[in-house]
Amino acid sequence: MTTPAHAKIDAEVKSGDVVLFMKGTPQFPMCGFSGQVVQILDYLGVPFKGVNVLDNDEIRQGIKDYSNWPTIPQLYVKGEFIGGCDITREMFQSGELVELMKTNGVAVRETAS
Amino acid sequence: MAMAAAEIERMIKEALPDARVEIKDLAGDGDHYAATVVSEAFRGKSRVQQHQLVYAALKGNMGGVLHALALTTSAPT
Repeated sequence: MTTPAHAKIDAEVKSGDVVLFMKGTPQFPMCGFSGQVVQILDYLGVPFKGVNVLDNDEIRQGIKDYSNWPTIPQLYVKGEFIGGCDITREMFQSGELVELMKTNGVAVRETAS
Repeated sequence: MAMAAAEIERMIKEALPDARVEIKDLAGDGDHYAATVVSEAFRGKSRVQQHQLVYAALKGNMGGVLHALALTTSAPT
């Protein structure tokens, strides 16, 4: 089913390699869970686009249906839904997130540690 | 609005009868929980699919009544 919200979300999802649907902005996250994902992406030095769902009710509700996922934040890489805060954190801690970025051709800052 | 830990556990076990469920009330306010769910139903599924099974079990409460549920899922080892 294609609705106007669906089309808008589809365009956002495909608007960059890494897109994060979040509450607030990367500079000012309005929710701890969104903030955690921002911190992880920043730590990895991954360039990403933040979409503030609080700005747009259509997207705020629509993204949940689009992904079949009930909560925000939601992380997309190359148009593919990766997960929310818990999954992103687990994948970060296990090193899978770095691998995922590299596999998708997204530049990651190599850290010494 | 909040949900009791026992109610969360009941709903998960109703959908995933074999599940081992552990729930922690993170802030002591009945609103911020961490749940660990271990079930054979998760085997061979991606993390997203595993979490979706739990969300389905919670029947729309997730993201609504239940604002904050940190979730860890796995199949039994």
